[in-house]
Amino acid sequence: MIDLNIVSRQLHATALGLTDIVMRAPRQVRVTVKREMIPALADYLRDRFGGRPELILAEDTRTQRGEFTLRYIFELEGADVFVVATAFVPEDDRTFPSLATRWYLASRFEREILDLFGLRPVDHPDLRRLPLHQFWPAEYHPLLKDASPPDKFVDDGTPYPFRHVEGEGIHEITVGPVHAGIIEPGHFRFSVEGETIINLESRLYFVHKGIERLFETMTPAAGVELAERISGDSSVAHAVAFCQAVESLAGVTIPPRAAYLRVVLLELERIYNHIADFGAICTDTGFAFANAHAMRLREEMLRLNARLVGHRLLRGALVPGGVRCDLSQSQVRDVRTTLARVIADFDEVVDIAINNSSVLDRLHGTGHLTEKTARDMQVAGLVARASGIDADARRDHPFAAYGHLQVNVPVFNSGDVWARMMVRVEEAHEAFNLITRALDALPEGKILEAIEALPAGASDFGLVEGWRGSIFHWVVAGEDNSLSRVKVKDPSFANWPALNYAILKNIVPDFPLVNKSFNLSYAGNDL
Amino acid sequence: MTASILIEAIQLLIVALAAPLLVGSVRKLKARLQGRRGASVFQPYRDLRKLLVKEAVISENTSWIFRFTPYLVASVMLLSSLVVPMLTTRTPLGFTGNIIVLMYLLLLATFFLALAGLDAGSAFGGMGSSREMIIAALAEPTVMIAIFAIALRVGSTSLDEIVRRGADDSLLLLNPGHLLAFVAFFIVALAETGRLPVDNPATHLELTMIHEAMILEYSGRHLALIEWAAGMKLFLFLTLLSNLFFPWGVARTLEPLPVAIAFAALALKVGALAAAVAILETSIAKLRLFRVPELLSGSFTLALLAVISFFFVR
Repeated sequence: MIDLNIVSRQLHATALGLTDIVMRAPRQVRVTVKREMIPALADYLRDRFGGRPELILAEDTRTQRGEFTLRYIFELEGADVFVVATAFVPEDDRTFPSLATRWYLASRFEREILDLFGLRPVDHPDLRRLPLHQFWPAEYHPLLKDASPPDKFVDDGTPYPFRHVEGEGIHEITVGPVHAGIIEPGHFRFSVEGETIINLESRLYFVHKGIERLFETMTPAAGVELAERISGDSSVAHAVAFCQAVESLAGVTIPPRAAYLRVVLLELERIYNHIADFGAICTDTGFAFANAHAMRLREEMLRLNARLVGHRLLRGALVPGGVRCDLSQSQVRDVRTTLARVIADFDEVVDIAINNSSVLDRLHGTGHLTEKTARDMQVAGLVARASGIDADARRDHPFAAYGHLQVNVPVFNSGDVWARMMVRVEEAHEAFNLITRALDALPEGKILEAIEALPAGASDFGLVEGWRGSIFHWVVAGEDNSLSRVKVKDPSFANWPALNYAILKNIVPDFPLVNKSFNLSYAGNDL
Repeated sequence: MTASILIEAIQLLIVALAAPLLVGSVRKLKARLQGRRGASVFQPYRDLRKLLVKEAVISENTSWIFRFTPYLVASVMLLSSLVVPMLTTRTPLGFTGNIIVLMYLLLLATFFLALAGLDAGSAFGGMGSSREMIIAALAEPTVMIAIFAIALRVGSTSLDEIVRRGADDSLLLLNPGHLLAFVAFFIVALAETGRLPVDNPATHLELTMIHEAMILEYSGRHLALIEWAAGMKLFLFLTLLSNLFFPWGVARTLEPLPVAIAFAALALKVGALAAAVAILETSIAKLRLFRVPELLSGSFTLALLAVISFFFVR
C-alpha cells in the first residue's frame, strides 16, 4: 500500500531537482519543481504511481514573490495520496511546458490558464480559447491582479474555429446556446450523416461569470455563500469543499457532530438529485409517468430540506468550522420517516420503469462511454462509475465522517444510459443507508469550531464527492483574512468532453437522453 | 336537401369545436394517470385564444409556402370533416369523397407542413420534415391496405357504404380480418397524429421532435391554426377508427332522433379511443427513431394479413 512516507521517500530519491518536499497529513506530499522539469515529474508520477493531474491552476503571486505560481495536483492510482507540485513562472517569460499531449484534461486546464492569466503553455496542440469567447480582448486576462476590464467589449464577429467534418452527405446541425426547455445555455455542433452523429463539438462558457475573481473580493465566511451558488444543485458539496479547504488552512478540525451532519447534508443532496435525474431520464424516453412521480418525491425531499435547515437546496447550513444548523431529536425522526417513505415510493417507481421493455430499449446501449475513454478523459463521479471505474472520494479519500461509515460504491460496466441511471438508483439507496448510519452514530457535542484569521499565503484544497462527482476547491489565503485565489473544479469540467465521445454513432434524437444521463452543470463548468 | 346541408354544417362544427376539447381531454387523462392534477380540459381553447391575439413572427427568409401552409392545413381538415361519415351514413358530399380522396387530402396537409418546415431553413425544421416524410411514406401504404381490407368485403371504397354495410353486420367484430385491420389502422393513426410511441407531443427536446420540429418556427395565429388542425386531425382519425370499425349507432337517416343517438354514440366511441390513446401514452416510452419503421412495417403486415384473410375467411 502506497502511503505518504513511501511517496515522499521516493520523491527524495529522484533526480528531478525537487525541493521543499513536505508531507502534509493526512494525504498530501508537496514538492517544488523547476518549471522545465514539470513534464519529467509528471511522467515519473505516472509511471511510478499511476499518477494523473486532477487539477492544474495558476496563481498571480507577482506582488509576493515577483513570479507566477503554478500548482499541479496529482492523484495517485489506488492510494490515498495527492502530490501537489508547485512551479514558478517568471514575469518576463510567461510560458510553461505543456502536459497536453499526456492528459486531455491537462490540456483544458492549460487553455484555461492561457485565457485567464496569459501564461502560454509551450507545445500545446490546441490553443483555441476556452473560458473566454472570441470577443474578449486578446490582452485582457481577467485573473491577473492588475487586470482592469476594457471600457467596452466589441464583438467583431470572429467565429470560434470548430472542427469541420467534410464528406458526401455530411451536414452540420447547430443547437443552442438557447434551447427550447428551461435549461442552461450551451452550443452543440453536430456533424451528422443522416441521423447518425459522427462528430460533436460543444462550446460552453456562455455563463462565465468570473466566480473565481469574485472570491478574491470576499472573506472566507462570505465565500461559503458564493461556493453554495457555483452550481445550484450541488450547493452542499461545493460549500463543504470550500469549508474543508479553509479549515485545513486554519488548522481546525471540525467537531465530530458537525462531521456527521455534513454527511447527512451531502447525502440529502445526493438523494434529491438522483431521484430527479432518474425521472428526467425516463421523461426523455417519453415515459412521463416515472418523471411525474420522481418530481413528487424530489419535492418531498426539498420540503424536508426546508424543514431541516430553512432552505430547499440546503443553502446556509454550512460555515467554515462546522455546520450552522443542529438537528433536534424530532428533526432526526422527521428525516428517518420521510426518507423511508420516499425511498419506498422511489423503489416502486423504479420497478415500474425498469420493468417496461419500451423504456429499457431506449436505455440499453445508448450513449456508450467505454472505460478506456472514461479513463483517458479522467471522467469523474457517477459517469466514471457507470463505465467501470471504481472510484469514489468518499471511500478513497474520506472526509467529513465518511471514514467512520462504511461507503459502498456501486459500479456498472456497460457505460450506457442504463448504467448511468442504475448508478443513480443504487447510490440513492446507499445515500439512504449512509444517512441512517450517520444518524444512528450521531455524536453529541458542539457543531462549530471557531476559526481565527487564516495565515496569509497559505494554500490547501478541499475535496468532496458531490452527487455528480469529485469537487476540488483550491484556496489561497490573502492578507487580513481575505482570499487571494480560489480555484474550483466541478466534475462537469472533466465530464463535458466525454459526452462528445459517448454520443458518437448514436442518432440525433438520442442526444437529449444521453445528455440527460450525464446531467452536467453548465454553471459549474463555466464559473 | 336542407337537412343534408344542416348535417354537414353540424359535422363541420363538431370537428372544429370539439377538436381542442379532445386534445385537452387526452392531456387531462394522461395527467391523472401520472398522478398529476393536470390542466383543465378546456386549456387548449385558452391556448388558441392566446395564440390568436399574439403577434406572428415570420422569418425574412421564408417564402409564401410558410404563410400559406397554416391556412391550407386547417382548410384541409375542415374539408375532410365533410367527407368522413360522422353522424350519418348519408354524408351529402360522401359521393365526391371516398377513402382514397380523404387519405390524400390528409397527405396534402402533411406535404405542405414538411415544405414549410424546410422553408425557414433552420436545422430543426429540416430534421422534422425529413423524419415526417419517412413516417408518412411508411404509414400511407398501411392506411390504404387496412382500408382495402374492409373495402373488399363491402365491395366499395365509399366511406358511407363501408359504414352502412358494417352497421348491418352484427358479427363484424368476430371477423379476424376486421380486427387485424383495426389494429393496423390504430398504429398508423398514432403515427399520423404524432402520438407516442412514434412522436412525443409533450416534449421540449428539439432534437427528438418530429411534428413539433416542423412547426417550431411558427408563432401567433399561424401556430394557432396548426395546433387546431392537429387537434382536428386527431379527431378525424379517431372518428374514422370508431365508425369504420365500430359503426354502431351511426344514423342511416337524417331524422333528428337517430342523429342525436349517433351524436351520443360518437362521443362515447371517440372518448373511449381517446382514453385508449392516453393509457397507451402513459404506459410506454417513445421508440428509438430507427425502430419506428419496424413498428410501421409490423402494422403494414397486419393490414396485409387482413386483406389476405378476406379471401379465406368469408
